[in-house]
Amino acid sequence: MVQFIIRKIAAGLVVLCAISFLTYFLLYFSSSNIARNILGEYASQEQVAQKETELGLDQPLPARFLDWAGHSITGDFGRSWFTGEPVATAIATRLPITLTLVIAAILLIAVLATVLGMAAAVKRGWIDRVVQTGAIVGDAIPGFVLAIILVTLFAIQLKLFPATSSIAPDAGASAWAASLTLPAIALVINGVTGGAQQVRSAVIKQLERDYVRTLRSRGIPEREILFKHVLRSAAPTGLTVLSLQFIGMLGGVVIIEQIFALPGIGNLAVQSTTMGDIPLVMGVVLYTVVIVIIVNLLVDLINGWLNPKVRVS
Amino acid sequence: MSQAVELTGQTGVVVRSHVIHKVLRNPMGMIALAILAVLVTMAVLADVLAPFDENFADIASTLAAPDANHLLGTDSVGRDVWSRLVFGARTTLLSALLCAAVAIGIGLPAGLVAGYYGGKFDGIAGWFVNILMSLPGIIVLLTVRAAFGPSVWISMIAFGILLSPGYFRLTRTSVQSVRNELYVDAARVAGLSDRSIISRHIFSVVRAPIIIQTAMVCGVAISVQSGLEFLGLGDPTVATWGVMLSEGFKNVYLTPTLLLWPAVAIGLAVGALVLLGNAVRDALEDGEKVKQRKRKAAESASATERTTPAPAKVRQARGAVAAVESGTEHHLVKVTNLGVGYPQADGSIKKVVDDVSFHVDRGEILGIVGESGSGKSQTAFSILGLLPGTARIVGGSIQFDGNYTVAPGEEKVSQERLTKLRGKRISYIPQEPMSNLDPAFTIGYQLVTPMVRVLGISKAEATKRAMKLLSDVGIANPERTFQAYPHEVSGGMAQRVLIAGAISCEPDLIIADEPTTALDVTVQADVLDLIRDLQRRLNVGVILVTHNFGVVSDLCDRVVVMQNGRLVEEGPVRTILREPKDPYTQMLLSSMLEGKEPMTMLVSASAKEAVK
Repeated sequence: MVQFIIRKIAAGLVVLCAISFLTYFLLYFSSSNIARNILGEYASQEQVAQKETELGLDQPLPARFLDWAGHSITGDFGRSWFTGEPVATAIATRLPITLTLVIAAILLIAVLATVLGMAAAVKRGWIDRVVQTGAIVGDAIPGFVLAIILVTLFAIQLKLFPATSSIAPDAGASAWAASLTLPAIALVINGVTGGAQQVRSAVIKQLERDYVRTLRSRGIPEREILFKHVLRSAAPTGLTVLSLQFIGMLGGVVIIEQIFALPGIGNLAVQSTTMGDIPLVMGVVLYTVVIVIIVNLLVDLINGWLNPKVRVS
Repeated sequence: MSQAVELTGQTGVVVRSHVIHKVLRNPMGMIALAILAVLVTMAVLADVLAPFDENFADIASTLAAPDANHLLGTDSVGRDVWSRLVFGARTTLLSALLCAAVAIGIGLPAGLVAGYYGGKFDGIAGWFVNILMSLPGIIVLLTVRAAFGPSVWISMIAFGILLSPGYFRLTRTSVQSVRNELYVDAARVAGLSDRSIISRHIFSVVRAPIIIQTAMVCGVAISVQSGLEFLGLGDPTVATWGVMLSEGFKNVYLTPTLLLWPAVAIGLAVGALVLLGNAVRDALEDGEKVKQRKRKAAESASATERTTPAPAKVRQARGAVAAVESGTEHHLVKVTNLGVGYPQADGSIKKVVDDVSFHVDRGEILGIVGESGSGKSQTAFSILGLLPGTARIVGGSIQFDGNYTVAPGEEKVSQERLTKLRGKRISYIPQEPMSNLDPAFTIGYQLVTPMVRVLGISKAEATKRAMKLLSDVGIANPERTFQAYPHEVSGGMAQRVLIAGAISCEPDLIIADEPTTALDVTVQADVLDLIRDLQRRLNVGVILVTHNFGVVSDLCDRVVVMQNGRLVEEGPVRTILREPKDPYTQMLLSSMLEGKEPMTMLVSASAKEAVK
C-alpha cells in the first residue's frame, strides 16, 4: 500500500515537473514586451532594460526556468511582476473562496447524483425518464450560460441573492453563504445531470450481475443488497466521474467567478494571464496541477481500498 | 487495393444512409438537424444575410430597440445585433469544426496505432493521455492565450489537443476489441496488409462512435470558446456569440435582450449537437436491437419447423403428463400450466415458458433437461421469484408446500411471499461460480450474513456454522477459505462455497442451475457427489437444471424434458432413458450417447430414423 502511494506521488511529481516546464516554455513567447508593459509608455529605454535585468528577462530560457524552479522548491514562488504581491500570498487569499465553492458543489453533486441515479436505476418509471432527459438537457446548456440565466433571474430580476459580491476572507459565514449559493447552484445543476446518468448506468450494470441474483436467493434484504453490495461495486465508476467533474470544475469556475465577481483563483488566473504576469501564472498552474494530482491520488486510494484485488497486491 | 477502397466506400455509404434515415425519422434528430442547417446557412450566407459589417458602429443609435433597420436592435456602441449574430455563427461553427478536426487528427491515428500494435507506443500514448485528461481545460487555454495572444483559432487548436484523448480512448478500445476477432485474423491470413485491414475492417467499427463523439465535442468546443470570449479574452475585432454575451451581460440592467440573443444562439447550437449525437446513438442501438430480434425470430421459426411434424402420440404423451400432475397438493413444489413471457416493443408478448407442469417432493431430485433457450432456467427462476424485471407470468400457478407463490391469474411473482421463503426454505446453486460471489467481500462474510439475516443467529454462532459447512462441502482448510476473497480461490472451490451457502439455512428445496457446467471435468464429478450426499443427508428436494443427460442419469430420480419453452416429456429417469417417447428426447439422448453401443441399442431403429 505504502509502495502504491509512493509510486503514485512520484508519478505525480514527474507530471508536475513536465507541466511546469511546458508552461514556462509557452510563456517565454509572451514575455518580450513585458518590461515595457509594467513600466508604462513613458519609461525610458534604460529603465526598460534595467527592469528586464531585474526580472531576469535577459537570461536564456533554461537559466530562467532553473532559477524559478530552484526558488519554487524552497517554497519561494516569487512576486507578482505588476503588484509586487508574493505569489504564495496572492493564491492563499483567493484559494478559500474557490475551494469552498468547488468542494461544496462536488459534495452536493455526489449526494444528489447518487440518490437520483440509484432511484432511476431501481425504480425506473418517471424518475428514470427525468434523469435521462435531464442528462441531455444538462449537456445541452453550457454551464456559464446557465450561470448567466441564474444571475439574471434570481439576482437581477428577483433580487434573492447578491448579483456581484466581493467577499472578504474575514467576512461572516452568512455573507459567504449568500455569495456562494448561486454560483454553487450553477455548478451543481451542470454536474448533477451527467453524474446521475452515469451512476444510473453503473447501478443498472451491477444489478444485472449474477452475484446480485445469488444474494437475493440467499434471503438478503433488497435494501442491504442495494446499499452494501451494488453501491459499493458501482462506487469506482462514480468516483472516477466525480474526479473528472472536479477537474473540469477547476476550469469552469474561472468563468463562474467572473460572472459572479468572486475574487477566487479563477479571477487571479484571468488577470495574470491577460497581463502576462509569469510568476503569478506559474503559481496558478502549479496550484491547479497539485490539486488535480491530490484528487487523482485520493480516487486511486479509495478505489484500491474498495477493490480487494488491488488492496492485496 | 483501389477496388477494396471503393468497396469500403460503398458499404460505408449504405450504412450511413441507413442511419441518417433513422435519425431523420426520430423527431429529436430531425429538430437537431434542422437547427444545425439553419445555423450553417447563416454562417455560409453571412455576407448576404447581414445588412451591416460585423464591426460597423452607428454611434448615433446605441442600445436601440429593434426597428426596420436593425432587426434585433443595436448594442452599446451601435453595432447591429442581427449582423453580429450572423457573423458570430460563422466564427463559432468554424472554430468548433477546427477543434474537432484537430482532436480527430491526433486522437484517431494515435488510437488506431496504439490499439492495433500496442507495445511501447501504447504505453507512451497512455501516459500523455493521462496528463492531458488531468488538466483543467480553461486554465490551459488561459496560459496558451497568454503565450500566443487572443486568437480564436489558436485557442481551438489547443483545445482540440486537450480533447484528443477522448478520440484516442474510443478508437483504441474499439480497435482492441476487433483486432482479435476471427474475421480480422482471417484477413491477415489471406495476406491483406495492415493498412488495408485497418481501413476496411477496423475503420468501419470506429466510424459510428466517432460521429457521436464529434457531435459532442463540437458542442463542448462551442461552449468553451464562447466562455473564453465571454471572459473578454477573445479577439475584439471578431464578432462571436461569446463576445456578444459578454457585451449583453455588461448591459443587463439596461437592455436584457442583448443577453438573450447570443444565449439563445449558443443554447440552440450546443443543444442541437447534443441531440444529434443522442439521435445517432439511438439509431445505431436501434439497428442492433432490430437485428437481434430478427435473428431470434428466425431461430424460433426454424425451431417451430422442427417440431411441427410431431406425431400424434407425442401430443397424447403431453396430455398424459398433465393428467398425472393433477390432484397432488402435498407436493413440495407444484408448477401448474406455467407460462412466462417478455413484452416486446411491438406490444406482443414473447413466451419463453409455455404450459409447463411438474412437481417435486421432499427427498427427491428432479432434473429439468433441455438445450439452451428451452426455458428451463426461466422455469427455475420463476420458482425462486428471481426473473428479470421485465418478465411476466402469462399463465398458470406455482405452489410451494401447499401455498401459492404465484396464484392463478397473477402477472408477477409475489416478492412479498418469496422473500419469506428465499434463503430460508428455497435456496439456489448458480451455474458460474466466480461471477456469483461478490468480489468485494470475503467468502466468510458472504456465508455468515445470510445466516444472521435469515436465521436470526449471532455472528459468532454463524461463523462457527460457516466453518462447519465449509468442511462439510469438502474444503480442506476452512479458516483460510473463510478469510479469502473470491478471486483468491479456484472455480471448484468457489462452487463448493456456493453450495455451502445454499445449504447454510437448512432449506427444503434447492434449485441448482447447471451446477457443474462451468467446472473442470474432474471437479464436476466431485461436485455431483457432494450434491447427492447432501441431498440424502438433509432429505431436501432438489431441482437440477441441466442440458446434460449424463448428470441426470447420475443424480436424478425423475426428469422433465423441455424444448422451446414447452414440456415434452416427463417421467422416472430410468423410463425416460430406456424408452424415450418424444422424438426430441430421443434426439437429446442419441446425441449424448453417440458411440456408446450398449445404450444406443435401447433406442428403436424407427425412432432413430425419425430423428434424422
